[in-house]
Amino acid sequence: MIKSLLSLFFAFFRIGLFTFGGGFSMLPMLEREVVDKHKWTDKEELLEYFALGQCVPGVIAVNTATLVGYKTRGILGSLFSALGLITPSIIVITSIAAVLVNFMHFPVVVHAFTGIKAAVGALMASAVVGLIRGNVLKKNKNKTSVKKILIANIPPVLLCAAAFVLVVFAGVSSVYITVGAAVTGIFLFRAKTRDEAEDNV
Amino acid sequence: MDLLLLCFEFFKIGIFAIGGGLATMPFLTQLAENYPHWFTLEELTDMIAVSEATPGPIGVNMATYAGFKIAHIPGALIATFSLIIPSFIILVSIARILRKFRENKYISAGFEGLKPAVTGLIAAAAYTVIRLTMFAGDTVFANDTVNYKSVILFAVLFTAMQVKWLRKTHPIIFIAAAAIAGIVFSF
Repeated sequence: MIKSLLSLFFAFFRIGLFTFGGGFSMLPMLEREVVDKHKWTDKEELLEYFALGQCVPGVIAVNTATLVGYKTRGILGSLFSALGLITPSIIVITSIAAVLVNFMHFPVVVHAFTGIKAAVGALMASAVVGLIRGNVLKKNKNKTSVKKILIANIPPVLLCAAAFVLVVFAGVSSVYITVGAAVTGIFLFRAKTRDEAEDNV
Repeated sequence: MDLLLLCFEFFKIGIFAIGGGLATMPFLTQLAENYPHWFTLEELTDMIAVSEATPGPIGVNMATYAGFKIAHIPGALIATFSLIIPSFIILVSIARILRKFRENKYISAGFEGLKPAVTGLIAAAAYTVIRLTMFAGDTVFANDTVNYKSVILFAVLFTAMQVKWLRKTHPIIFIAAAAIAGIVFSF
């Protein structure tokens, strides 16, 4: 029991230590440890856990670890897996933050970080472009009419724009926007998903 | 008292930040605006850079860094655990019915609404960070001093990221290049 819990902990410790950036960049390493090495799940199951990890709040990698741990050893398993994943971050980040404080006033460091800020902005803008492509704009998959696809695009584009405007220009809290968007989604799309289901029959 | 507030704020992020690490960013920019003595927007931008350039999930790294900034090691631990506890509780309690949960009509409809809105929230966080880096003032339109070097570097990097064969390039490469540019051209 203890041995299997520790192997969960250390497998996810390695995953946390050797992957940069989280999200999809974590998949190959997850697969190697969870599927190939320890055979805790098969590949399909892992991908399903990964998808489910996006359907609840929080960090996707931690959620995936929790689910793999739960499947293997119940609640204790998920606890050890999640702890294993976050431990490297805690060690690395606190060390860097503690050291960096002493160098932040050096001119070289100031110049470097001013440059880096532009890169962070570009990375975030680039992520937004990808998200708009993936999460906002609907693609014309079934070769439906142009008019239909334009109409289908209206609600998500409006929701996205409304969230942006409310935060930037009205200072509304992200909490309210998240709740509001989920409720709007239930009202707007519940009927639609039913229609789609009927279409597929 | 600050530790309790820290715990509460990150617990809140853990409940409402849906869509992974990036989704925590709008909440963190709002923390910087609401609690300026915790960390400034400028410091937050440095934290994002360090979180992207170090191992581990970005969401966890950012929480650890923000917590450390606010209350050193206890802060780092409290922020990180508060962030992951809500989803941990949710997952463990619905683990048996997860598949049904995902296929539930209301849940998937809710997500249809959430996905574009979260994109808007992340865009707002990106806007805040970009405005801070490029323009020294409060708004883009008022009499601000524009940081031309940053604007050019941003434009070059953003364009590079859209190029197809560079799209898979790791963020660390861009961050390192920007650091070197910053030193060489003394930003």
